[in-house]
Order: sequence, then C-alpha cells, then structure tokens
Amino acid sequence: MSETIIQVTDLTMGYDDVVLQQHASFEVFAGDVFAILGGSGCGKSTMLRYLVGLEQPLHGDIQIAGLGRPNLEVGRPPFGVMFQSGALFGSLTVGENVGLALEQWTDLPHDAIAAVVLAKLRLVGLQGTEDKFPSEISGGMKKRAAIARALALEPSLIFLDEPSAGLDPVSAVELDELILTMNRGLNLTVVIVTHELASIFKIANRCIMLDKQSKSIIARGDPRELRDTSQDPRVREFFNRQVHQS
Amino acid sequence: MAEDDARISLEPQRLSMGRMSRIEVATSASARPQLILEGDIQFSQAAALWSSVRKRLKPVTRGETLNFDLSRVDSIDGGSMALLVHLRNELKLRGVRSDFVGATGSVQELVHLYRGDENPIRRKRRRPKKSLDEIGERTLAFFGGIREVFGFLGSMILAVLGLLREPHTGNWKEVPHLMERTGADAVPIVVLINFLVGFVMAFQGAVQLKQFGANIYVADLVGLSVTRELGPLMTAIIVCGRSGAAFAAELGTMKVSEELDALRTMGFGPVRYLVLPRTLALMLVLPLLTLLADLVAIGGGLVVGILTLDLSVSGYLSETRQVLSVWDVFSGLLKSVVFALAISIISCQQGFATTGGAEGVGRRTTSSVVAILFSLILIDATFTMFFYFFDL
Repeated sequence: MSETIIQVTDLTMGYDDVVLQQHASFEVFAGDVFAILGGSGCGKSTMLRYLVGLEQPLHGDIQIAGLGRPNLEVGRPPFGVMFQSGALFGSLTVGENVGLALEQWTDLPHDAIAAVVLAKLRLVGLQGTEDKFPSEISGGMKKRAAIARALALEPSLIFLDEPSAGLDPVSAVELDELILTMNRGLNLTVVIVTHELASIFKIANRCIMLDKQSKSIIARGDPRELRDTSQDPRVREFFNRQVHQS
Repeated sequence: MAEDDARISLEPQRLSMGRMSRIEVATSASARPQLILEGDIQFSQAAALWSSVRKRLKPVTRGETLNFDLSRVDSIDGGSMALLVHLRNELKLRGVRSDFVGATGSVQELVHLYRGDENPIRRKRRRPKKSLDEIGERTLAFFGGIREVFGFLGSMILAVLGLLREPHTGNWKEVPHLMERTGADAVPIVVLINFLVGFVMAFQGAVQLKQFGANIYVADLVGLSVTRELGPLMTAIIVCGRSGAAFAAELGTMKVSEELDALRTMGFGPVRYLVLPRTLALMLVLPLLTLLADLVAIGGGLVVGILTLDLSVSGYLSETRQVLSVWDVFSGLLKSVVFALAISIISCQQGFATTGGAEGVGRRTTSSVVAILFSLILIDATFTMFFYFFDL
C-alpha cells in the first residue's frame, strides 16, 4: 500500500446552519489520481476548499502528510491548486503568474526563475504565451496556465477543480493527457474535482462520490469498477448518465 | 571519481517525509569532459545548483563538448530538471556540444518531459516599441476613446427614442432604488462638505471685508458663489466619486462576467435596461442635492457671519435674499442636470468598454472618474462663459 498523503476523518462541512456533507472519511495515497465526484451542488468544490485549508471543518479532521492540518498561514504551501476559473491574476502576464510563487518562496535569481517559468509553460503546451495577459488567452489556455502556476514550486500534490469544464473535447482530452503525464512523469498525486465522465474513466484510479440528499459519501473505489459493479442506483445513474427514476 | 578535478557538495537539506537532499556537482577532466551530477536533486536547493553549475559552464567555449552525466542521480524533480535543461540549452546556443547522458528510468523520463533531448530553439528577441510608435498608438487610442463615447451617446439616443415609442419596456422599477442610492444615501456627505465650503468661504471673505467695514457683503459673496458655481460643482464632484465610480465598476464587472451579453441574449437592450434608469435617477437627484447644497452652504456662511462678524440671522438672510435672483439658483440647477448627464454617460460608457477582468474594472473605474472630473470642469467653464457673454 502506498503512503497516505491525505487523511480525512469524520469531516463535516457547511456554512452557517447549512451542512453540505457530514461524517466524510477517506484517504488519498501517494501517486493517486483521486477524483471527487457527484452531481451539481453536492459540495465537491467545497470539499476541495476544505482540503486545501481555505475553509475550516465544522467537525472532523484533515491531515496532509508533512503538513498536518492544512493551514495556509504557515508559509510556503506544500501543494498546488488550480481553481475552476483558473483564477489567474489579470494584472500580471501569464509568465508573471507562474513565476509569482518562485519570486516569493525561492532565492533563485531572475534568469533562473524565467527558465523555470518557460519550462513549466512548455510542459503545459503554452510556450510563447509568457508575455500575454490572461485576458488575451482562451479559457483552455487559462486553465493550462493555472496548472503551470500550481506546479511552479514542485509540489508533490496538486488539487484541480473542474479542469476540463467548459473546454472543447480536444482541449479536454489534451488536459487529461497532461494530468496523466504529470502524475506519471513527475510522480504527482492529483486530487481532481470533476463530473466529466470521460475524464474520470481515463485518468482517475480512485474516487469518492458525494451525494447531496444524504450529505454523505455514497461510493468509493475505482471509478470503472463502480460503473460496472455498483448496485447503488444513484451511482449507476451517475456513471450511466441516467435520469433518476422514482 | 579519481578523475574529478573539482567537486562541489551542496549543503544537504531535509526534505518532507524524512528524506535528505544530497547534491554533488563535479567536472570530469577526462578526454570527454562531463559535468557529473549525483544524489537527490531537489528544488529546495535549486538556487545553489543553478549558481554552481553555471559557474562550471562559464569557461566552456564554442566547439568544445560538455555533457551532463546523470547516471549517478538517484532522483530529480521537475523544477531542477527545468533549470538543467535551460543551462544545457544555453551551452548549445553558444556552440558547445552538450547532451544529457547516462540518465535512466524516471530521470530519463523527466529529461524527455522537459525536452532535454531536443535541440534548443533560439528565441526571437522582441523589438522594443519606438517612442514614435507609442505616440501614434496613444493618439489613435485617444481618438478611438472619443469615438466610443459618441457611439455610446448615439446608442443612448436610440434607446431613449425606443423608450418613448414603447414606454412600458423601460426598467422604471429600478429608478426609485437608484435615486435612493445616488441621492438619499449621498445626503450626509453633501451636507457636510457644502456646509464646510460655505463656512470656509465666509471665513476667507470675512478677513478682507472686515477691513472695509463691509461685513454684510459676506452674505452676497457666499450666496452668489455657492448657487452659481460651487454648489453644483462640489455636489457633482461628490456624486462623481460615489455614484460615477460605482456605475463604472458595477457595469464593468457585469461586462467581464458576461452579464451584459446574457442581458442581450434575453432580449434586453443593456443601454435601455441599465443606462437609462441610471441617467434618469441622476438627472432627478442631482438638482435636488444641489439645492440642498446651496442651502447648507449658505448656512455655513451664516454661522461665520454670526460668530465672527456680529451679523444677525435676519440681517444675513435678508441680504442673501436681496442679492440672489431666481436665475442664480436656477442656473446652478440647470448646470447640475448637465453634470448628471455627463457623469452618467461617461461612467456607463467606461463600464461597458471594460475588458480584461478585475484589473480592467479598476482601470476603467479610475479613468471614468478622471474623465468625469475633467468634463465637469469643462462644462462648468462653458456655462460660465456662456452666461457671461449673454449677460445671464
């Protein structure tokens, strides 16, 4: 069994009086491409915000290897995050976006930072865009640039929120390939929030499925096995794109 | 390693999960010179790796060979590999024969991933813009901006005509809410600032007028200046800062988040739906605020007259009534309507022209406030000249 990178125990998440998910427990192992699945509004993206420490659990615990509880106040984060919209800083060029964390957290000289930035952009297929502003590139390119930014500090763990949402099929497949390349080539553990079925089956080796109604995890394991063997009608509906029969 | 003529050991560092980073850089002086790297090469030591390797590469000249021997590298991460590939590419571009040799397994995969097995492409240097190009571009942008404003004005006129034909299509329900936001909510700041304007003006005038025993003329000075010039202008400046900036930011955010496009696709004309209610609300509230400003500024002058010039309340007010005509007040209110139109058109136009996300919204908000202030002064000067030449 691989080393546990993330350990979530009895997590309850929500805001004010609203509970989105309760008693969620799962673990992510080193080298996983771990998908958090579920229908719209079930709390997938919120779960990701809890995992990276943007929100504090109402109850339960999250532990990340080498860090403990995710805490964004302690300094250089040991993981990278790609937000759904890319969240690139509009006032900075793509290159400056990628180099920002390197400027902040390393003592590399400018020419070395520029070299790393170019290499990261090449890695995600964005060579030649370093001087462009985010408003000058397409949605798919923004997502790739956001991945390059998340990879800047060589994290061993990366969180991706709906990376292929809103992309054309070719761009979505290219992004899937990129995620697999990063996972295998850079030995990167990937936690991905998505509901793109093609993407899930192609890249994820483990997953959990959240359910809005029961506010709990209703399935876990290999997504292909769940698709083929799960007896839970909610899981079957999700994987087989069926409409709920009541 | 007996053939090594130099070796650098970088300070070992503790990595996460109990591992240690260990980097050794050595130059082999054998017949085929090589830069030998060994150990766990981690990004936490990238700066030291960069400087030590680069130092070794400096003396190498065109036509020589210097390969990077990675056969003793236990592990390397992406960032460190990116730096090594960059340094090797620098060598190749200098005419030095250089390759990564001896890499196996995951190290070889990383070499391939970061294209260390390809020939580097010389990047074209971007030609810096000449100052003449810069001047030309800015001039074109300036005239383009003016054309945009006139284009916007044209679409506003069309929207007004459309609204006159079909009054029921107007977004009337928004108007009271906007009047509250731009008018009622601005009352405290308008009152405070205009009271102080009247107060300060009376103080300044009092010092001079006292010398000639003309204390009572403070009322004339404050009354005329405030109703004809300062009341409308100061109030418009306040509304520009509050509502003009808010309109530009609000509409700019709607533009970049595609809400304006969504409105269009739903059959709403954004100008008719968003701009006309704002314009109407401002044109209704700005004269009211100006009237209030006139009153409180005269009140400010009155306080100074009573406290420092020994004037009576009735004497001060009677002098003010005598010196002011209805036209003095009305001309100020007329100005304020035109000011309202300018604030609304410029701020909404700037909001509609926003591109480029949050930064674009900030840029357009700033430029809308600057443009409005400039236009307010210009309009005020035009009115003053017009009134002067026609003896109004």
